[in-house]
Amino acid sequence: MTTIVNMSRRGVVKGIAGMTGLVLGFHVGSRILPFAAAATPTTFVPNVYLAIDETGLVTIVAHRSEMGTGIRTGLPMVLADELEADWTRVKVIQAQGDAKYGDQNTDGSRSVRQFYQPMRVAGASARQMLEAAAAHMWGVTVNDCRARNHMVVHVPTGRQVAFGDVAKVAATLEVPPDDRLELRFKPASERRYVGKPIPIVDLNDIVRGKAIYGIDVVLPGLKYASIERCPVYGGTISTFDATESLKVPGVEKVVAIPAAAIPSGFNPLGGIAVIASNTWAAQQGRERLKITWDFGANASHDSDAYRAQLEATAKQSGRVVRNQGSVDSALASAARRVSADYFVPYYAHAPMEVPTATANVAANKCEIWAPTQFPQGARATVAAVLGLPLDDVTVNVTLLGGGFGRKSKPDYVAEAAVLSRLVGAPVKVTWTREDEIRHDYYHAICAQHLEAGLAADGRATSWLHRTVFPAIESTFQPNITYGSSGELQQGVTDMPYAIENVRCENGPAAGQVRIGWYRSVYNIPHAFAVCSFADELAHAAGKDPVEYLRELLGQPRKLDFAAMHVDYPNYGASLDAYPVDTGRLRGVLDLVARNSEWGRPLPPRQGRGVAVHRSFLTYVAAIVHVAVGDDGQVAIPRIDVALDCGLVVNPDRVRAQFEGAAIMGISNALYSNISIKQGRIEQSNFSDYQVARTDITPQTHIHIVESSAPPGGVGEPGVPPIAPAICNAIFAATGRRIRALPVDPAALKAT
Amino acid sequence: MMVTLRLNGTRRSVDADPQTPLLWAIRDIVGLTGTKFGCGIGACGACTVHMDGQAVRSCTTTLADAEGHDVVTIEGLSPDGAHPVQRAWEAHNVPQCGYCQPGQIMQAAALLKQTPHPTDQDIVAAMAGNICRCGTYLRIQAAIKSAAEAEK
Ligand code: FES
Ligand code: FES
Repeated sequence: MTTIVNMSRRGVVKGIAGMTGLVLGFHVGSRILPFAAAATPTTFVPNVYLAIDETGLVTIVAHRSEMGTGIRTGLPMVLADELEADWTRVKVIQAQGDAKYGDQNTDGSRSVRQFYQPMRVAGASARQMLEAAAAHMWGVTVNDCRARNHMVVHVPTGRQVAFGDVAKVAATLEVPPDDRLELRFKPASERRYVGKPIPIVDLNDIVRGKAIYGIDVVLPGLKYASIERCPVYGGTISTFDATESLKVPGVEKVVAIPAAAIPSGFNPLGGIAVIASNTWAAQQGRERLKITWDFGANASHDSDAYRAQLEATAKQSGRVVRNQGSVDSALASAARRVSADYFVPYYAHAPMEVPTATANVAANKCEIWAPTQFPQGARATVAAVLGLPLDDVTVNVTLLGGGFGRKSKPDYVAEAAVLSRLVGAPVKVTWTREDEIRHDYYHAICAQHLEAGLAADGRATSWLHRTVFPAIESTFQPNITYGSSGELQQGVTDMPYAIENVRCENGPAAGQVRIGWYRSVYNIPHAFAVCSFADELAHAAGKDPVEYLRELLGQPRKLDFAAMHVDYPNYGASLDAYPVDTGRLRGVLDLVARNSEWGRPLPPRQGRGVAVHRSFLTYVAAIVHVAVGDDGQVAIPRIDVALDCGLVVNPDRVRAQFEGAAIMGISNALYSNISIKQGRIEQSNFSDYQVARTDITPQTHIHIVESSAPPGGVGEPGVPPIAPAICNAIFAATGRRIRALPVDPAALKAT
Repeated sequence: MMVTLRLNGTRRSVDADPQTPLLWAIRDIVGLTGTKFGCGIGACGACTVHMDGQAVRSCTTTLADAEGHDVVTIEGLSPDGAHPVQRAWEAHNVPQCGYCQPGQIMQAAALLKQTPHPTDQDIVAAMAGNICRCGTYLRIQAAIKSAAEAEK
């Protein structure tokens, strides 16, 4: 249910307030938006606004954060299309963080899924109001009036009126209540923008260096801060001496930020902040600080020892999270048993724009400018650390120089707020790259153990999967050792193969660093293990891996989670609208196999690997072609990715997301690794925390399934199948099985 | 201390410690924010500017190094923002988040100035120092080729 209210005389949005013309607000009634439950037709909480001024300029508020997915373009496209607006006369403005917009947390690859329909409703109802206003003006019947490309046309006479001219009339009309408003959506064949490759709205500014990211914000009287934090998570300051720091020209103050108790959640880690007249001076002053730390409980954390512990746990029975048939007896009676252990390390997000935020606390109010995926979370965190009511905190959202989940956590925003209050001036906090690598919310390290039983003909008859990892909730709550159903749904409990006897288990692990969402999250280790193990089974059965995957997927069917005793959150979507449909997995597998030269002979030490995985409601299959040098270095001449994400809003941005996801998958597979000794992160910068560069870039072909199914996710689902497809290709090329990431070239040398 | 250089075609005196990296002088003191910080150690290319026509990392170039030289940032690459590289970037819809792109564009523009018709290897060699965490490399390579074609 969507409620629409004519906002024309309320003037509630910055940038729209004061305009004359039609302003529509609406909110979505849905169980995922808890505020809506309290809303009545009179107490209305809108999440998006649309304005049409008398010049005909259409202003659309983007309430989701732009970090490179194109969402700031995609959702307005949907609205403008239904409105019959001329895209060249649409302006997009960014919303502040406010619950009235509904959910703004831009994560989980769900912006299009959750807001495609509301945007259509907003556009269609505004269009119909403009048509009604024109009919009223002309004294004709509304059924004869049709909006066409920023005009309303009276069809029988061909008379026209521009949107701008009719907007003023429309503003005086009441919106029919939703039970009386019969929305007419445009037929798909008449869409102007949806399904078309529209350039992003910020393109021009970006290529001219004019786009404003969080790091670019400047205010009058701005001070610049750099913060030294304890190298060990949870450590605190014993003593510090800032004498030398204060001698650095430009350094003005040195102040301490109190450390939050761990688990610290979204709160600042604490530390010593140097405040200066520019970023460089602040960094120089910081280098001259003398601090003694109390390193606290995590000072013994060693990622090698921790890995051994996770691996040992994965060898033992854990909490059962999915169970069908009888795995133990099926394994015992199998003609052949296969088992393997897989490992994926900690990763850091490393968005090119480091965490940074600007705050101005004055007269007990706080205004923030930040590149945040989660403006409402930032607002709530700032309000809590400053002890201010929510209404006294304003969060302005800038462009994000990459997010990947890091900028869902507003600790850096709260730092700026605390410092602005302490120094009584606007403050910009800019992390160094070393800060970003060493104080991240890391992607969870994960050890897994798999076992399968095969029948004499190679068919898989049993499947045992154990996964052990620190849970994200351990960053927020003490004593959390098991994964949530939301974490286990990511490639464990939704294992799609048609195998009779299946048991999935989760063993305990305590968090010793901050763990956080990282693009595609637990799908990374789980797809790596599940898709690698499927390939191992194919080889054990002596079958072609694509052919064997088809057999594993079996007859098209929808997974029945109740029958498997699985609590399956399905990324917050209903299983009726978004079932786990193995037919669609088969569809992308066939599509990629057809288009990737699968089966074509290759020279020695080259090979192809395949993987297929559903995440964030989208189905993806990848075939990767690798060439392994005699020195063990892996080159990737080509990647083919087939995807089925349902309805596509902007095909060019969907392609771009999957091209980029392939590169991030390559980083995860071949380069990136965070290791920890004595609680300290060993890596520091792009010199030792490696990510993919242009030299590894494969020819990448993205194959999109045409579909009118409800839209699924796009930002994240491209990542998970890449690493296993690479490693399966390495096996095809060299006969060496990679079970731990990142790939060690020393193990792949020609002998 | 005053350090004088030419910035985007105009003589400019900057009042700062001569050891200040050009990056922070340009961003925080001059106030041109198109040049980005990514690593501070010359490992990512986000801060790339031109000095006397060559691509340099402004995070590891000091103000003193730049004294008396001709420095061009993304804001000064072309008077109308329509340098062939910028146009090719638009034609290929290269940017995702866009943050690395000023550095990528400055690096590519310097490459094409020196090597108007680069081979694939030339492109990879010139661009390998510029990280794009969003993974736009494929389109960057294609855009550089188009820009080179357009100038033929
Ligand atoms: S910021 Fe200069 S190379 Fe990274
Ligand atoms: S476009 Fe985001 S880092 Fe390159």
